[in-house]
Amino acid sequence: MSEDILAGLAGIVNEVAGVPAEDVQLDKSFVDDLDVDSLSMVEVVMACEDKWGVKIPDSEVKNLKTVGDAVSYITANM
Amino acid sequence: MTRNVVVTGIGMTTPLGGDAPTTWAAALAGTPGGVRLGADWDPEQPAQIAALMRDNPAEILKPVEVRRMDPSEQCAIIAAREAWADAGAPEIDPIRLGTVVASGIGGINSLISAYETLRDKGAARVSPHMVTMIMPNGPAAMVGIEVGARAGVHTPVSACASGAEAISYAAKMIEDGRADIVVAGGTEACINGVTMAGFGAMRALSTRNDDPSTASRAYDMDRDGFVMGEGAGILILEEEEHARARGAKIYGRYGGAGLTSDGHHIAQPDPEGAGASRAIQMALEDAEISASDIIHVNAHATSTPQGDFAESVAIRKGLGGQADHAWVSATKSMTGHLLGGAGAVESIFAILALRDRIAPPSINIFNFDPAIELQVTKDGPVQLPAGDIAALNNSFGFGGHDVALVFKSV
Repeated sequence: MSEDILAGLAGIVNEVAGVPAEDVQLDKSFVDDLDVDSLSMVEVVMACEDKWGVKIPDSEVKNLKTVGDAVSYITANM
Repeated sequence: MTRNVVVTGIGMTTPLGGDAPTTWAAALAGTPGGVRLGADWDPEQPAQIAALMRDNPAEILKPVEVRRMDPSEQCAIIAAREAWADAGAPEIDPIRLGTVVASGIGGINSLISAYETLRDKGAARVSPHMVTMIMPNGPAAMVGIEVGARAGVHTPVSACASGAEAISYAAKMIEDGRADIVVAGGTEACINGVTMAGFGAMRALSTRNDDPSTASRAYDMDRDGFVMGEGAGILILEEEEHARARGAKIYGRYGGAGLTSDGHHIAQPDPEGAGASRAIQMALEDAEISASDIIHVNAHATSTPQGDFAESVAIRKGLGGQADHAWVSATKSMTGHLLGGAGAVESIFAILALRDRIAPPSINIFNFDPAIELQVTKDGPVQLPAGDIAALNNSFGFGGHDVALVFKSV
């Protein structure tokens, strides 16, 4: 399950930020490792909400520091 | 001490080609840029024709760049990368490097897409990149970030004179000592239903829909409006000593500029050409040359009934009897009208005409309008003389903006 979400998230990060999908791993930080800036993070959130039908409020986005944080949040809330 | 400005790099993406050499070769060959718009184009639109970029930037840039840049920014970046590489990617202290890139309309395609998203999916789905895609200074800022310019990034806006005004502003930055190199030019990409309907409502567009390749016909008796074009032109302007010290190739010299305004009508030219002729005379003075030095004019000549005539009057007033010695080219007959990109692309044409000693053709003149008292290159390209020669590039914009630029041979 979380493998599917990781793969889907890797595709989204690749599309919105141009990061190679294989670089999108659970332990990677969006900002420090993947160079996903705050504007691109907004796009990542929009795409995740559309793909998995979750709601990710701004107050939660700041807690999603790593790819793993995002996968856990989506898994728990979808 | 006088600081002279030279041109050390050029880049273009236009309906005639995806780079400067291809565009220039196609212009000399008299290639028409107008095409019939596709099957999905609204049949109710008055204009069913336009001059589309030959190479679509969205197929050249990285997908993530396309996602974050409006088409007007995309073509500016493509032309800027070409120009910067052409200048030898000069090493320069970033605080001595500036950018001036103009657009007449701005990121309207992105604005329309964002509105459609808002209407169909709601506010939460509007792209966080929308604002930087629609702001008029977007292309200048994107190019400035691309080259790391820190001397200043600017965007003069004066409708169809914007590209020329950008070049004059950039040259001033160098002359005044603010920068040693400025990446300068203009861009436009606004072929969409809203823009085309608006220009159509003004009766500004050609409706020669059955014959797109001959629709842009400046100085022809039967001209009926301009053909909308898209694309960008970028020049690398450089302080002459700086360019010589690094052994840069020099295309030509920036001579000077004249900028005036009509104070007459929001969309119609002053029929007496007072503001335009004064701009021409000011440009000659700024360039410290006389009218007899002007051997070639790249005219604004959009193919509108009033505009072409008014400009011809202005050129005669501005150059006096010496207008008889200048070969006038109406290159929009090939490229269509690139609005904010026009003044930059046509300045590059003027510089290449001086370098290659050839005035490009003005195509689609089947019945030359006898009211136009100018020597027009209607029968094909014309050889220009050797020695020190100069060229004039005119650009005018809705609002009554008049910009004349002078370039000199090297």
